[in-house]
Amino acid sequence: MGLCTDLFLTFAKIGGFTLGGGYAMVPVMEKEIVEKKHWLKKEEFMDILVVAQSTPGLFAIDMASHIGYKLKGVLGGIIGALAVALPSIVSILLIAIFFQSFKDNVYVEKFFMGVRPCVVALILAPCFKMAKTAKITLRNCWIPIVCALLISAFGVSPIWCILAAGIGGFLYGKLSS
Amino acid sequence: MIFLQLFYTFTKIGIFNFGGGYAMLSLIQDEVVNKHHWLTVKEFTDIVAISQSTPGPIGINAATYTGYTAVLNEGYPVWAAVLGAVLASLSVIWLPFILMISISKILMKHHKSNTVQSIFGTLRPAIVGLLAAAAIMLMSKENFGDPSDSPFVFILSIFIFLFSFVGSRLYKVHPIIMILLCGLAGLLIY
Repeated sequence: MGLCTDLFLTFAKIGGFTLGGGYAMVPVMEKEIVEKKHWLKKEEFMDILVVAQSTPGLFAIDMASHIGYKLKGVLGGIIGALAVALPSIVSILLIAIFFQSFKDNVYVEKFFMGVRPCVVALILAPCFKMAKTAKITLRNCWIPIVCALLISAFGVSPIWCILAAGIGGFLYGKLSS
Repeated sequence: MIFLQLFYTFTKIGIFNFGGGYAMLSLIQDEVVNKHHWLTVKEFTDIVAISQSTPGPIGINAATYTGYTAVLNEGYPVWAAVLGAVLASLSVIWLPFILMISISKILMKHHKSNTVQSIFGTLRPAIVGLLAAAAIMLMSKENFGDPSDSPFVFILSIFIFLFSFVGSRLYKVHPIIMILLCGLAGLLIY
């Protein structure tokens, strides 16, 4: 089996078997790429992880294209990115086709009436964990509060918050050094 | 032209996504629900639930579903909607991919530099704010029921919300189990 085929199958497997996506993929990827296939050393994998976190784009896709690129150049990158996205696209397409004809079904609606408040809680819960990783203290806690207020109460696009925070951090770093 | 709009919108969502996963929800919601009205608040919330229970990153899941629904609602046939779904999904990926290939070597060298560190020193807290905003914007009548119209649904929704919050935050119950439990409760009670 060529490296390209192997890359495709490995990333399709990673994409297809991690429910929820994103960070849930990290341990699975590490096991496949570092321990099983020996494509990367543990340190190389960790370096890519840090860079994927600080580049724009979906985390899982960034990881896959980085690793593919490192192994087989641009083609490898494309294969990695597409392979990890493919199971997701196919499964949601099937659900979308199915859901369009069933979403007005009484039982489906009842099910989702129960699910919706749960989803809101599931989004809110990781905020506190993320606040810890983002090193939020009394001194900088105004940043998330102002962002959340601007977006939810004043309808400001999150894009402006990201730009302002990035540029603000850059200037703050320049001025304080 | 719906296809061009999908391409432009999801390219934007892809490139302004830092931190991954839930962090980009407020961005998707702002574009897909508030600006373009491709999905309702309810549909958007349902997609988050479906994303949790299907493979792949939530950004791709949302793009695929939105692409399909938006094109279908414009009156196009199913094959065009499938095309829209694939287009929207690839739109999220392409620009970060090019950026990654062109700047990853530089970033590999500099990700520990003071400039990058100070940018992320403010960007990370801002992303927590984005996530909180996503949750706040979803606390709506559409998702919780109207307290004056249907007080029973509203009170039960609050109860489900608290139950799920405690379950996932304190007891680390897996999101899929939480979603199934709450869905079953909805089926049985409503």
